[in-house]
Amino acid sequence: MLSAEAITKSFRAATGRLVAIDRVSLELECGARLGLVGPSGSGKSTLAQIMAMLLAPDGGAVRIDGDRVDVWGVRCTRELRHRVQLVFQAPRVAVDPRLRLGEAILEPLAASAIMPAGADERAELLQTWAARVGLTRDLLERFPHEVSEGQLQRACLARALVVRPRYLICDELSSMLDVSTQAALLETVAAIQAERELGVLLITHDRVLADAWCGAVADIRELSTRDEAEAVAVATQSRSGALNVLLRGGLRRATRP
Amino acid sequence: MTSLLEVEDLSVGFRTRRGVVEALSHASVTIRPGELLLVVGESGSGKTVLAHMLLALLPRNVDVSGSVRLGGQELLALPPAELRRVRGRRMALIPQSPASSLNPVRKLGGQLLEAARARGLSEKQARTRLRELLAELGLDLEFIGGRYVHQLSGGMQQRVVNAMALVGEPDIVIADEPTSGLDADLVDATAAQLREISARGESLLVITHDLRLAERLAGRLALLYASRIVEVGPTMSFFAGPAHPYGRELLRALPEREGKSIPGLAPELTALPGHCAFADRCPDRFDRCGESIPDLYPAPDGVLARCFVHAER
Repeated sequence: MLSAEAITKSFRAATGRLVAIDRVSLELECGARLGLVGPSGSGKSTLAQIMAMLLAPDGGAVRIDGDRVDVWGVRCTRELRHRVQLVFQAPRVAVDPRLRLGEAILEPLAASAIMPAGADERAELLQTWAARVGLTRDLLERFPHEVSEGQLQRACLARALVVRPRYLICDELSSMLDVSTQAALLETVAAIQAERELGVLLITHDRVLADAWCGAVADIRELSTRDEAEAVAVATQSRSGALNVLLRGGLRRATRP
Repeated sequence: MTSLLEVEDLSVGFRTRRGVVEALSHASVTIRPGELLLVVGESGSGKTVLAHMLLALLPRNVDVSGSVRLGGQELLALPPAELRRVRGRRMALIPQSPASSLNPVRKLGGQLLEAARARGLSEKQARTRLRELLAELGLDLEFIGGRYVHQLSGGMQQRVVNAMALVGEPDIVIADEPTSGLDADLVDATAAQLREISARGESLLVITHDLRLAERLAGRLALLYASRIVEVGPTMSFFAGPAHPYGRELLRALPEREGKSIPGLAPELTALPGHCAFADRCPDRFDRCGESIPDLYPAPDGVLARCFVHAER
């Protein structure tokens, strides 16, 4: 289970400190599809970045399969980092413009020094993932500016999956894409999710999409445990049956004096 | 009624390293005064190229044929100075990405005033008009004016560029992906704004891939696929039942309908087939589809569809 426990994060702003999220708790089980919705500016992306260990929270804890995360950003261990992967909202800015798609997909392996040594092995690995996300061989040779946004987002998905994460956080995976591309990308994620028991957190501002695709949907505005009210329990049966109670109340008592 | 904007047999090709990208082939659309036309299509279908063509915002590596007339005046042959007069005053663009359309190192007040002054308003008129417009959009000129673009939320940025487009009271407003990147509340607000602009009697061309927005704006709809218009007709007929198989499959992909993707990919624009571009993905395909490019044939409810199914009837 990937859990965020009473996470608080604020940023410096011209008007003082801006509290992006205040004691937000969320649990993502392996094999579950959880939707996280909320209006823009409600802290969805901030929470995603914290859960992916890219950003350190001001307070609260992130646990990955029980292991508490205590270093963030570049200092985070590779092993931990590989368990949770994030697909960013805007593929154009999330990919190095000087890398061909194929290189971009294998970049995490190169960065973690676990790239297969043989060229054939590399090509095979790349081919496997490209086929999985629906990219043709020809596209792997292209630079980001030579492909469409949907094709680039497919490459970003492959890049996140190539390290075989247990949890995948999709931050507005498809909000910039056309409906048919969106449907295709989500079909791909769903297939991999079911096959690998991947826990997927789908962050979106599209409530209709979240309701249609996810086993359960949480609204970030209702996840804050700052009030005396119980933390939200939005628990429904997942489509796969693997998901039971996703979000439990009561974390507040454990984390507040 | 005479047409305000007439696009006739417009083709646009980009010369690139990988060959000529046929961004738009033989497109013809018209907008009558006060009409709202939606141009809907997936990315790469040519819809933004159409909008930029109308405003002559295209780069140099481009081959254009056909004609674009605004109130009878041919725009494609206009000298730059004339064109500048048409743009902004007679035609205004609500750009696709407000954040990158606004100058990041200047405060917004100056940019808004500059846009208004360029449309021929005096300083005083410009301020009054901007204050009214921004108030209608739920913003305050003083608040906005002293800020930089990065200090505003995406929705506020969108409203700032909407105000810039409307300030010159143009004959026609072109909105290029007005809702991309906005959340549901702001999509509602933007749709309402566009409907209001339309209700004021303005002519509106809305370019979008957002089918939900299209359904709410009504008017007429032209659907593009692989650089060609494949269906054109009343928006409501489209949502009730598209005449072209691509339209039908596209609607099925909506999460609230079936969320089912269309198998395969759209053809590369550098290698468009000599037959129906949708044939390879089409569940209704028959022999003729792989032989030649269909024309736009009349379908029920005043719809034209580029599909041989309608030629047979």
